[in-house]
Amino acid sequence: MFDISPAEWTAILLSLRVAVIATLVATPFGIALAWLLARKDFWGKSVLDAVVHLPLVLPPVVTGYLLLLTFGRRGLVGGFLADHLGIVFAFRWTGAALACGVMSFSLLVRPMRLSIEAIDRKLEQAAETLGAAPFKVFFTVTLPLALPGVLAGMVLGFAKAIGEFGATITFVSNIPGETQTISSAIYSLIQTPDGDAAAGRLVIVSIVLALGALIAAEWFARRATQRLHGN
Amino acid sequence: MLRVDVEKQLGEFSLQASFSSEGRVTGLFGASGAGKTSLINMIAGLLRPDRGTIVIDGETVDDTAAAIHVPAWRRRIGYVFQDARLFPHLNVAQNLDYGRRMNRLARDPAQHTRVVELLDIGALLDRRPGKLSGGERQRVALGRALLSKPRLLLLDEPLGALDEARKLEILPYLVRLRDEANVPMVYVSHDVAELRQLATQIVMLRQGRVTSFGGVKVLT
Repeated sequence: MFDISPAEWTAILLSLRVAVIATLVATPFGIALAWLLARKDFWGKSVLDAVVHLPLVLPPVVTGYLLLLTFGRRGLVGGFLADHLGIVFAFRWTGAALACGVMSFSLLVRPMRLSIEAIDRKLEQAAETLGAAPFKVFFTVTLPLALPGVLAGMVLGFAKAIGEFGATITFVSNIPGETQTISSAIYSLIQTPDGDAAAGRLVIVSIVLALGALIAAEWFARRATQRLHGN
Repeated sequence: MLRVDVEKQLGEFSLQASFSSEGRVTGLFGASGAGKTSLINMIAGLLRPDRGTIVIDGETVDDTAAAIHVPAWRRRIGYVFQDARLFPHLNVAQNLDYGRRMNRLARDPAQHTRVVELLDIGALLDRRPGKLSGGERQRVALGRALLSKPRLLLLDEPLGALDEARKLEILPYLVRLRDEANVPMVYVSHDVAELRQLATQIVMLRQGRVTSFGGVKVLT
């Protein structure tokens, strides 16, 4: 029963690649945004916060369609990127990574933001009196103390990215070997007459990946508390 | 050495203080709420005066008329807080080394040994702050501030969070520091006995105003 076929492996590996790239690219932006939301008050902050969370509540097909309009070959941004930088998103695995990144971004940012908010700002003041310029304070105190939260955010974002379906299939379709992730492979398999066993295997793979990610995120969160208490 | 002439409005509370001190240890004395911490935070550069000047060691670090405000990290001061504020993700040795790294100072093993011995913290170097007692934490905080080679050491009730026994444990170190470390200090406290032992000059604060200034005699 548990003989994973080459086609299934292709989907699993593609999912992993898409989710890893989406998470790695999103992380620096996520840290910057988390810091901004945790520490700064500025005009439009609640709007920005809402925009980040929007993909969480919008129908995924709407997000996918908006991505297609923006990043498609004829889209405003997509056209520019394709003509000037040679980066194409539409119907490519890169587009799947973009869709997954957008869909998982709010989950990725949230633990990062919480862990930055939990840091005692008095520690940053102490660093300042010891001669640390603001960016050094960030890299030697804020970021190390927030690290477990940053990792937890990455794990959650990754888990969400690996299971993303609606926006991805709308934006980049369901092309085996190029854009067919685990989710879209399962979708195709349950519509074919003899696909049940294969679909079942992929379902188990997704459950294992998701559970693993949740356990890892929990573990990082516990580490964070220990770190802040100096043990 | 230190010249302060500042005004600051903090909600309902207004602080207006002017003094200058050449002493080795300037004691800022007053009840809680007198404005001691706000004043020392302004000297540190953590709080910006609404109006006035602060001069440390001949360098003007604040002058509102000339729009000068040197940020805390460029003031070359050391600050010992009441709550130690050691970095929980670093061990004691790394905490001690932090100021040297941030100021890009060359290693100075002789000074390191001197400070570690003066404060008796040699046995703690591998520990994390979470595994230290209150008194040990405060000694490490003192060492950390000293090793950044400050030109002025600010201490905000460094014994305030400790019980009587711990206070008596730390006080001799502070006296040694005053006599051997050769760094002028500003010492905030509401404890007359503490200041009598340590201070060479007293600035007395009441409700945001300097009410008297002079030798330790003014404490009576």
